[in-house]
Amino acid sequence: MHHHLILRVVTKLLVGTIILYALYVQFHGDYSPGGGFQAGVIMAVAFILYGVVFSLASVQQVFPPWLVHKLVALGVLIYAGTGVVSLFLGYNYLDYGAFTPHHPEHGQHYGILVVELGVGVTVTGVMVAIYYAFAGRTPVISDEEW
Amino acid sequence: MLVITALTVVRTASLFAVVMLSGVFSLLSALLLVTLDAVDVAFTEAAVGAGISTVLMLSTLALTSRHERPSKLSPVVPLFVVLVTGAALFYGTLDMPNFGSADAPAMLHVYPEYMERSQHEIGVPNVVTGILASYRGYDTLGETAVVFTAGVGVLMLLSGLRRRREDDEDDDGENQRGSG
Amino acid sequence: MFEEFTWEFIVGHLNYWLFIVLMMTGLYIVVARSNLVKKLVGLNIFQVSVFMLYISMGKITGGTAPIFPTDMKVDPGVTYSNPLPHVLILTAIVVGIATTSLALALIVRIREEYNTIDEAGILEIESTICRAENQLHGEAMGGRA
Repeated sequence: MHHHLILRVVTKLLVGTIILYALYVQFHGDYSPGGGFQAGVIMAVAFILYGVVFSLASVQQVFPPWLVHKLVALGVLIYAGTGVVSLFLGYNYLDYGAFTPHHPEHGQHYGILVVELGVGVTVTGVMVAIYYAFAGRTPVISDEEW
Repeated sequence: MLVITALTVVRTASLFAVVMLSGVFSLLSALLLVTLDAVDVAFTEAAVGAGISTVLMLSTLALTSRHERPSKLSPVVPLFVVLVTGAALFYGTLDMPNFGSADAPAMLHVYPEYMERSQHEIGVPNVVTGILASYRGYDTLGETAVVFTAGVGVLMLLSGLRRRREDDEDDDGENQRGSG
Repeated sequence: MFEEFTWEFIVGHLNYWLFIVLMMTGLYIVVARSNLVKKLVGLNIFQVSVFMLYISMGKITGGTAPIFPTDMKVDPGVTYSNPLPHVLILTAIVVGIATTSLALALIVRIREEYNTIDEAGILEIESTICRAENQLHGEAMGGRA
C-alpha cells in the first residue's frame, strides 16, 4: 500500500490519539464505561491499523514479536500475582482490601486498577500476537484482486 | 435492521460481503445495547465485533478464498431443526417476566444486594467494573487465562513451530510458506 | 391458553422474540451452510443475540446505566439497570473473541492442508483418502475394504 497517501497521513495522525484514548479507557475505567479489556482491544487496534496501512515489518520494528509474547504472559502474571500478594498479607485470594487494611475501600480501588492493568496487558498482547500470526503468512490472494 | 442484516448474511455468497455484514451487525447490536443501558457491553461489542473480529476474519479471507461454493444440501432439514428449536425457545419465553419490569425475579434479591454493598464496600462509581474485578475477580482471572490460552493456541497453529518440525522431517514443502 | 396473550404481554415479550428470530437465523447459517467462514459468522450472530437477550433481562424501565455519580452521593430516587448481566456478558464477549480467533486460525490451517474451506469438499477428500488407505491395507486387516 505505498500509494495511499491520504491513508498514510491520517493513520499517522490517528495512531497516537488511539493509544491515548486506550490509556484513558484503561485508567478511567472505574469512573466511566470501559476497563482493561476494552483498553487492550483499542490499544491493539492502534498497532493493527499501523500494520495494515504501512507494513508488518514497520510495526514489528516498533513492537517486536518477542515483546508481544512476553506481554501476553506478563498480564496474567500481574493478575494472579495480585491475588498472591493479598494472600501473603493474610487476606483471601484477590481480596484487595489487603493493600490498605485501615481503609479497605481504597485498597479495592488500587486492586481494581492493578487487575485491570493485567487484563489490558494480556489482551493487547494476545490481539497483536494473533494479528502478527495471521499477517505473517503469505496471502493466497494478491492485493489487486480485492 | 438487525434481522435484515442477519437474513442478508444467509443469502450472500461473497464472503467479503458476509464479513462486512457481520461487522455491521455487531455495530447495530452495540447501538441496541446502549439503549438497554449496558454501556460497558456496548463499548466492548463495538470494539471487538466491529473492530478486531472483522480484521481477523478479513485476514483469514486473505489466506483462504473469497467465494462460497453453492451448497448442494437441501435446506429442508436445517429449516426444520431451526423451526423446532425456535418454537421451543418461544414456548420458554411465555413464562418470562415482561420487558423492563422492576419486580422480575432477577431484580428482587441479588441485584439490590450488589447495588447496596458496592457503594460502601468498593467505592467505585462504575458498578460493572467493581463487580467484574472485585466480586467476580476469579471469573475475570479465568477469562484472562482463556484469552491467554487462545493466544498461545493461535501462535502454535500459525507460527513457525510447525515449520521447524517440518524442516527436520523435510516433507511437504508446500506448507512452509508461513514466516511466523 | 390464549387468554394470556393480552396486548401488554405481547409488547413485553417482543424483545425476547426478536432475539429468538436472530438466534435462529444464526443457527440456520451454522447448520445449512457448508463454508467454514460463513459458519463462523453465523455463530457470531447467534452469540451476539444471546448477549442481547441477557442484557434485555437486566433492563428496568426508566432505569439508567449502572454508574454512580463520581462523588458517590447516590440519589435513592434514581433506578439503575441490573449490572449483573452486563458483567457476565462482558466476560462472554471476551471469551467469544478468543474462541473466534482460534477457530479462524484452525480454518487457515485447514485451508493449507486441504486447499478448501468447504465442509463438503473436506469430507470428499477425507473419504478419498480413506478409500485409498483401505485398498492399500485392506488385505492385511482382514479384507474389510
